[in-house]
Amino acid sequence: MTDLYQSQRAMRNMRHAAVQRGVVAILDIGTSKIACLILRFDGFEDRGDQDGIGPMAGQSNFRVIGAATTRSRGVRFGEIAVMNETERAIRTAVQAAQKMAAVRVDHVIAAFSGAEPRSYGLAGELHLEDSVVSEDDVSRVLAACDVPDLGPGREVLHALPVNFALDNRSGLGDPRGQIGNRLACDLHLLSVDASVVQNVLACIKRCDLELAGIANSAYVAGISSLVEDEQELGAACIDLGGGASGISIFMKKHMIYADAVRMGGDHVTSDISKGLQVPLAVAERIKTKHGGVHATGMDDREMIEMGGDSGDWEKDRRQISRTELIGIMRPRVEEILEEVRARLDVAGFSDLPSQQIVLTGGASQIPGLDGLASRILGQRVRMGRPLRVQGLPQAATGPAFSAAVGLCLFAAHPQDEWWDFEIPAERYPAKSINRAFRWFKDNW
Amino acid sequence: MQSMSRPPLQRRDPAPSRWAYRMQRLWLTPLFRVLFRYGLPTMIAALLVAAVLGSADRRAAIMASVDELRTEFQNRPEFRVSLVRVTGSSLELADAVRAKLGLRLPMSSFDLDMDGARAKIQSLDAVASAQVLLRSGGVLHVEITERVPAVIWRVDGELMLLDGTGHRVAGLGARVDRSDLPLIAGAGADRAADEAMTLFEAALPINVRLRGLVRIGERRWNLVLDRDQTILLPQDNPVAALERLLALDAAEDILARDILAIDLRFDQRPTLKLSTPAWAALNGIETEQTPTAESDL
Repeated sequence: MTDLYQSQRAMRNMRHAAVQRGVVAILDIGTSKIACLILRFDGFEDRGDQDGIGPMAGQSNFRVIGAATTRSRGVRFGEIAVMNETERAIRTAVQAAQKMAAVRVDHVIAAFSGAEPRSYGLAGELHLEDSVVSEDDVSRVLAACDVPDLGPGREVLHALPVNFALDNRSGLGDPRGQIGNRLACDLHLLSVDASVVQNVLACIKRCDLELAGIANSAYVAGISSLVEDEQELGAACIDLGGGASGISIFMKKHMIYADAVRMGGDHVTSDISKGLQVPLAVAERIKTKHGGVHATGMDDREMIEMGGDSGDWEKDRRQISRTELIGIMRPRVEEILEEVRARLDVAGFSDLPSQQIVLTGGASQIPGLDGLASRILGQRVRMGRPLRVQGLPQAATGPAFSAAVGLCLFAAHPQDEWWDFEIPAERYPAKSINRAFRWFKDNW
Repeated sequence: MQSMSRPPLQRRDPAPSRWAYRMQRLWLTPLFRVLFRYGLPTMIAALLVAAVLGSADRRAAIMASVDELRTEFQNRPEFRVSLVRVTGSSLELADAVRAKLGLRLPMSSFDLDMDGARAKIQSLDAVASAQVLLRSGGVLHVEITERVPAVIWRVDGELMLLDGTGHRVAGLGARVDRSDLPLIAGAGADRAADEAMTLFEAALPINVRLRGLVRIGERRWNLVLDRDQTILLPQDNPVAALERLLALDAAEDILARDILAIDLRFDQRPTLKLSTPAWAALNGIETEQTPTAESDL
């Protein structure tokens, strides 16, 4: 546990260093595309109160100066499957973004969607020695949470303190300085496959970059596409990606649950490819140009040229109606949404006060998806687009970039995680001089 | 049958090679960029210069050509000095100045050492101050202020002219050549020439009888009149003592008496030295009285 703590802390320090230097790269490693944004941090701009614009949800202190997207290679289900290919794709994206920004970046914050994230809710409790809650007490109560057995080869990706309770008052955001006897906390812990994280790490190291942070893409997509009141009142963000669909549930501005379905838009494409006997590239083109999930009478008459290069005239001149295409796509989309529904039910989403569901991600652009989703997931479904950040090119403002934009916000304003607090003295190795120092500090 | 259409245009993988990627990152490094843009050209230029100047022959050739160019430029007629004009001095002094300068005209004005020339001219005794100017038309203009002789100094049997400050102006062949100037004598007299001048001024009433001033022991003056009369002036405030004596002379006509010397060194008690006949005459008249050299002035 201390290893993880140290490595996460090192990453956090590196993020600080990168923000100090002013330039940091954002890398969204997806199954269908790899997006790289380069952010420049140039201090807080004092905008005053002009036009009633507030602090812009805190993202006004950075600016996107470079953006590049490339077709992803070697990534399956949001996990790196072929390291070389992925490395080349990352290099392409980073180089193009650097070229646009005309600046060299050394630190990168990455997000990926796969690795089977699993959420755990942990609770910890502590009797305070003196009645005032200090920062040490917060770290002690976080350390007091009993970590469940994550299973072999699992590692903690996020550990977010979600809620603090002091005596019988719950829902405290920041208990420091308050007075009470018993401090309790809820911690949301997200574990992922360690090997996937290591692959990402190795891949980024092979590109001569340093990892300054790592995040789950469902989490960051939620940050960017849920508006503030949805995050406060409770909402689920469903990031329909290429190879995996991430689910994140937010409540009181904290992520309380995250999961991923290992299905996405690429499966729809491969269904079309198999069903119509066309190459994947053609299937992708047909899907994006003519795809849909609701067939109408009009669609029977809309014929789609499939083209082909087989040399067989009959095969190359095939046509299908849009209804047929929808007939291929719809079952798969339904399957994905039903799987998402099942995950939401497991998470107890139906118990939340607000049942808002936000669909985002590249696959959410299928026309008519919101109608289908509201039948499967519940009435309150909307399509989400990422927040607008300064300097983001128009091409990168679509829902496919909600994870990338969310990662920008995550880089600028990370939530406090467990490793942002000092290790309590009891957990230090026995001979540590730090421990002696802390003992003095606590007792004198 | 083979497809007649063009083979499908497989888009080349846009991924940069690892080296291209690294080179781009290196190129985007600010320090490297600065070094490449400024450091590398500077280094190449330095290397070229070093290579060219490496051989001694080439260095010498370059120096020689530079020298040649410079002399060619300096010898242009625009910079030629062909005439020395001396103003503010007598003809003899002008000749002396020209001889002292010793310029081999015509010459380039670049070779002319103006400060040195001025120093040379000012080292002449007869020159109080000099200005050296380069005028258009290749004229070196020397403007001289001459020293005015104020007094003749006799030392070691030769005569020389001094100005009011005691600086030598010129030698003098005979006293009669400048009979208008007063005479001083004795070692160190030149250093006290200004005091001598004030004494001469004070001694104007007895100017016709005045022969000169003698510096005694480089410390005080003796005023010598004709008939071998000597007035010993004190070291301090000799002018006042002289003026008192002149007042006495005006009242008592003392200088006309037969007196060899008047000692004014003690201002309370001037002492007279009578000549022998005067002394005898004084004794012959007043045998009863005790002879005294003291006056009751």
